[in-house]
Amino acid sequence: MCETDQKTVKKMPRVATGDRAILPEGAKTIPVYIMGKMYEVPETLTIMKAMEFAGFKFLRGAGCRGGICGACPTVYRMAGDYKLHFGLACQTVVEANMYLAQIPFFPANRAIFNIDEIGGLPEAIHALYPEIFRCVACNQCTKACPMDVDVLGYISALKQGNIEKAAKLSFDCIQCGLCASRCMGEIPQYHAAQLARRVYGRYIVPQAEHLKARVAAIESGKYDAMLDELAAMSKEDLEKKYVEREREPDFAEIGSWQPKETRYL
Amino acid sequence: MKISYYPGCTLKTKARNLDRAAVASLETLGVEVQEIERWNCCGAVHSLTADDLIHQVGPVRNLIRAKEQGADKLVTLCSMCYNTLARANQIMKNDTVKRDTINRFMDEEIDYAGEVEVVHYLTYLQEVIGWQKIKDQVKIPLTDLKVAPYYGCTLQRPAEVGIEPFGSYALMTGLLDALGATVMNFTAADKCCGSYQVLGVPAGENKAAAAIVNLAADAGIEALATSCPLCEYNLGKQQGQMIAKGNITAHVPTYYFTQLLAVALGLDTENCHFELNDPTSAELLQSKKCLAAA
Amino acid sequence: MTLTITGQTQSIQAIEKLNELSGESVKLCMQCATCTGMCPMALEMDFSPRKVMHMAQFGLMEKLAGINTYWKCASCHACSVKCPRGIDIAKVMEALRQQVLRKSHNYIEPSEISAETIAEMPQIALVAGFRKFTS
Repeated sequence: MCETDQKTVKKMPRVATGDRAILPEGAKTIPVYIMGKMYEVPETLTIMKAMEFAGFKFLRGAGCRGGICGACPTVYRMAGDYKLHFGLACQTVVEANMYLAQIPFFPANRAIFNIDEIGGLPEAIHALYPEIFRCVACNQCTKACPMDVDVLGYISALKQGNIEKAAKLSFDCIQCGLCASRCMGEIPQYHAAQLARRVYGRYIVPQAEHLKARVAAIESGKYDAMLDELAAMSKEDLEKKYVEREREPDFAEIGSWQPKETRYL
Repeated sequence: MKISYYPGCTLKTKARNLDRAAVASLETLGVEVQEIERWNCCGAVHSLTADDLIHQVGPVRNLIRAKEQGADKLVTLCSMCYNTLARANQIMKNDTVKRDTINRFMDEEIDYAGEVEVVHYLTYLQEVIGWQKIKDQVKIPLTDLKVAPYYGCTLQRPAEVGIEPFGSYALMTGLLDALGATVMNFTAADKCCGSYQVLGVPAGENKAAAAIVNLAADAGIEALATSCPLCEYNLGKQQGQMIAKGNITAHVPTYYFTQLLAVALGLDTENCHFELNDPTSAELLQSKKCLAAA
Repeated sequence: MTLTITGQTQSIQAIEKLNELSGESVKLCMQCATCTGMCPMALEMDFSPRKVMHMAQFGLMEKLAGINTYWKCASCHACSVKCPRGIDIAKVMEALRQQVLRKSHNYIEPSEISAETIAEMPQIALVAGFRKFTS
């Protein structure tokens, strides 16, 4: 032990720093089993915070902590029941007697393609992911999805050649890979779905006319002078301009409002 | 009249000619076709191992969809889908142990015990509409078209789900006869085209398929009618390659029976999607003056 | 084909396993070869269906492991409907396939099929083929 001046060490409340969880005074703890070992953790925490409270440190397998990046998929089971449950560690609150493990990555097949070369036909997806035809409709993928995506539905749509349906059904996918981890056909559903959305965006969904017109206007140099003007301003002038900017009122009827400054329209 | 319909994956892409002609024909005959919602692939082949229940889940799920949507009958068209759905239905109806296991496994679905009847399109035509009514509605009889019914494997085998007894071709014969065609006898009508074995065979070298086409040509048959997209692929679409490789000597244009039905009912040929057949298919009907003027 | 029968050639367990998987009894076969006569794929097979049934009756699993018969079977049931002993031979072929596939051996590799072939095949060919040839 190193020497310390006992008088100067104040007894600090147990406070975690950074991402570490804070245990409030008098908080109830519950037992959870992380990779088979029991830990007492505050009942109010998410799985991710509970694991950090227990001393685990996430080097990988944690990302946005907001339920959208798909980095922290977790499989868990409640003691005494066979049923497996699935969730995101950063969103799911711990429960007593939860047995859990992180599946931060699954080694699913991911095809390499050039979106400009593959074309917009379903056969392009079939050729890159022929394993989708190994689907037996067991539906474990859908049951495993922490985002409630109809995974079997979009795999079925892909087999039927309906890219639009697959793209729309899989829109909420966050690429966590839990579907693939449960698949007896060894199908990388989430990668196939991403390809479907890309093919849909590139080849199928109609291009917005107003977007095309705006890009053409930008490229023709219509807005160059305005940007130059802004770029030449001092920081103070720029801030002033920002504060004094005109805003369209919320819920204004279309066409009912015009800015006083019309030079740029 | 309204029916619940299960199309199958291939019918949505490469066999649109089978599907579109079938739906358009039924509508002309006064039947509203309602495709079941949220259907999935049937699995194409019935699993033959006694302990393998997971491969029954796919077809059973479709039957559950039909039950949920209030159907007591599910009409289907593709021979392979028909076979897979009908055989899975048999298990759910008759084998209580397997039924319970499958129902327990699909804990997210309602229980199913074989309440929906799987009906092939041909059976539906005969039993519900009848050949006479179809005959009455024929606008362009397929006069002089020497066509043979080709059943392949799964329409008749095994007996417990066969649309008619092994060796009998009364259903398609009845239909083609009503359409005004000359129905031909054909010794290879129940021979297998090679089915999924085509996966390992170079294009045009499927010997089982070549043998069937040659037997048809030798019998003076001008055209074959089928209800299976895999038969059509092996027997019809491969004919150019089979000729190039010297495995068959002449084309025998191949059709889905629904295409012939739609043509005879005088429907717009757009419904038949002949562009998905070998080019000789449309040419033969053209030469027989059977295609409605565009 | 002559089979020399000794205590070693017969594997009762292998026969029982085959019967269990297929739900059939291979012992019922009387070697009439109707199956071979009906089989559209017999010409592609190194051993005809009758010979395979014979091997199966003796549980010759090692011999059965190296032949192509059940991989060439198209599950068309032509043999099954005509078998005078009522054996669903297609199910015996499936059991033989499954014994290999269940050890995680693929007979064909989906990733080795060319993109052109996959693009051209009807979906049912792929679904059916992968069912029969991949584990």
